[in-house]
Amino acid sequence: MGLFILRRLGVMILTALCLTFIVFWLTNLYPNLEKLAKTQGNFRMSDEAVASFLDKNGYLQPMPVKFGQWLGVLPGWEFEDPESGEISGRCFAAGTPEEERSTFCGVIQGDWGFSTVFKDDVGGIVATRLGLTGKLMFAVMLVMVPMALIIGVLAGMREGSVTDRSLSTFSIASTATPEYVSGVIFIAVFASSAFGLKWFKGSATSAMENATFENFTLPVVTIALYGMGYIARMTRASMTEVMTAQYIRTARLKGVKFSDIVLKHALRNALIAPFTVIMLQFPWLLNGVVIVETLFNYKGFGWLLVQAAGNNDIELLLAVSVVSVAVVLVTQLISDIGYVYLNPRIRIA
Amino acid sequence: MEELSWGSILARMFLQLGPVWISLIVLFTLSLTYKRRLGLYGKLFDSTIGMIGFALVMFWVFVGVYGGPLDMLVTHDPLSQVSGMKNKPPGTPMRGVEEGEYAWFLLGGDNLARDVFSRLIKGAWVVVQIAPIATLFAFMVGITLGLPAGYYGGRLDTTLSFLANLILAFPVILLFYLLVTPEIVLTGIPNYMALFLFVFPLIFMCILLNSRYYTQPKVRTPLLIGVLGGLGWLYLSLVSTDGSVVATPTYAIPGLPPFLDLFDIDPGILVVFVSVVFVNSPTVFRIVRGLAMDIKTRDYVAAAQTRGEGPWYIMLWEILPNARGPLIVDFCLRIGYTTILLGTLGFFGLGLESESPDWGSTINAGRRLLALYPHAAIAPALALLTLVLGLNLLADGLREESLRD
Repeated sequence: MGLFILRRLGVMILTALCLTFIVFWLTNLYPNLEKLAKTQGNFRMSDEAVASFLDKNGYLQPMPVKFGQWLGVLPGWEFEDPESGEISGRCFAAGTPEEERSTFCGVIQGDWGFSTVFKDDVGGIVATRLGLTGKLMFAVMLVMVPMALIIGVLAGMREGSVTDRSLSTFSIASTATPEYVSGVIFIAVFASSAFGLKWFKGSATSAMENATFENFTLPVVTIALYGMGYIARMTRASMTEVMTAQYIRTARLKGVKFSDIVLKHALRNALIAPFTVIMLQFPWLLNGVVIVETLFNYKGFGWLLVQAAGNNDIELLLAVSVVSVAVVLVTQLISDIGYVYLNPRIRIA
Repeated sequence: MEELSWGSILARMFLQLGPVWISLIVLFTLSLTYKRRLGLYGKLFDSTIGMIGFALVMFWVFVGVYGGPLDMLVTHDPLSQVSGMKNKPPGTPMRGVEEGEYAWFLLGGDNLARDVFSRLIKGAWVVVQIAPIATLFAFMVGITLGLPAGYYGGRLDTTLSFLANLILAFPVILLFYLLVTPEIVLTGIPNYMALFLFVFPLIFMCILLNSRYYTQPKVRTPLLIGVLGGLGWLYLSLVSTDGSVVATPTYAIPGLPPFLDLFDIDPGILVVFVSVVFVNSPTVFRIVRGLAMDIKTRDYVAAAQTRGEGPWYIMLWEILPNARGPLIVDFCLRIGYTTILLGTLGFFGLGLESESPDWGSTINAGRRLLALYPHAAIAPALALLTLVLGLNLLADGLREESLRD
């Protein structure tokens, strides 16, 4: 088991390195840098001005060198202005005395860089936004997981019954409703003046400081709905399989009450498969989070991703992708370990 | 002229969609009459859920085809702005109607005073056009790489699976934001990706036919020349625009000259298409790989190996036909997922032009005024919902029917 986790961790780090390099490469392509220079300076910059701006800020070094600097395994760039003789660099502000300048500053040293859009340290921004999204995700999980499991168990309890048919159709419908569709419908029905039901708020901006039932319900329900159907269907499938097992038949023949069969005998085995599915839903939820945060104007991690990508804020975007890739990989690992742990029939040598 | 009530709006929409209803009735009568002779397709008509799903899907297919290239059904030009119709509710009459013009905006006007109903129909064509073809390409890529990975296993499998997991670990939206931008189009990366991804159908057909007929060179050689010639021409027309395959401000790789080029694809559409294929193919790869690993242990595969068949024959003519059930079901689901992805792209204003009538862009344009004028965003949202729901129900019906025997 230890070796298995170690090997998985190795593959994870390799994957994360590859992916960050791809992001790095895509954001550092010349047209993207040109756009960055123009948003930083002004939009009517000449080509020479763009080139000199990029040169001055260390963007024109070879790609692997820049990547090494970002990682913190290569010394940061230094640039001496040919006219004023002033020295600027990646790892220190202009005008720092020579002995106080550090050479390495990268992810390994804990320095995530500087955001060109927010004019702030990337690490701090990402941490605040992640906190806000964490709050949202927590609420989503609280709504989604119990609902999905209940629907799945109720549907899978008696295969082919009316309850099963209607709940299965409901879960199919919920997987067919992406967040931007259900969100739009929810806002129109529950928050707009057109239908007159002003039960909730169509914007969740105020929920960032003070989440109330009124401003937090719609975003949470919107994300939960899309993920719910899938988990419910998986739970149903595993429940129907368990319900046909021999030991359930034995229990029925012994005359155990149906509710006891479901709750005491079937449920524990039926919940192994959904656990994996729930863990693997996290990356999907990330998509939902980006859409919902944009739609409801909730300034969390997804909103940050849109801002960073839309403005080609390279270091912020890299930090965002590192976090999201890490979320994906860690949940995969947890789901694998949890599966082995929950199901003693599977052992990985 | 007065405003229409909801009853008459629905009645008028029903009449406007007349050709669609006629086609649906004809299709269903024919299919129900001959369902015993139509194989899996016919069996679909035994399940109510499958029939409902199929009806929903075919409804949008007919709407797309009639409204798009044939230009029927639409009441107004989807791009023209009519003064005085900005954000008007459904059923608003037009002022100063001329002879031969439709007098109402059936589903109201959007924030640029365009007819929501006509844009909805034109938007159906965008989806009906892109989603199935993109899914098909993703399947070609996934099958061509997944079969050998599952069949041979070993180092090939490890490498390909690592690459697939690499793409799968990327959050889809981040990938879209990185790939589908005008700056990336300038670098020519989408063209390179198109060159790479679109060659897979060619490889697939080539291996498929060669593995079947290589013992009969007299059949194989002309067949391969014909098929590869045709597909190759299509491939070259697909990837080359204005006589070059990749054209960036600094250099260009020459392609098919314009007089041989059958069609040109707008770079905005191409990048959307390529990224959707790119995102979908690793999942297909994983499914095909899993199926191949399962099926290669069957007796008929062992029999074929004993007969001395080549590995590609076994993969494409023994394993693939026996994996068709789950693959067809997944194909339907995946078209739905692709539709959702296209909508996501439109929702973030990526790729397609902002005036494009596709549903995602329309939802994006309409969501800003959602609290006051919800109709402009709700119409495409419901359209997308019904299409994806139809595809999911269809997949469910197919799964049930294919499990039955």
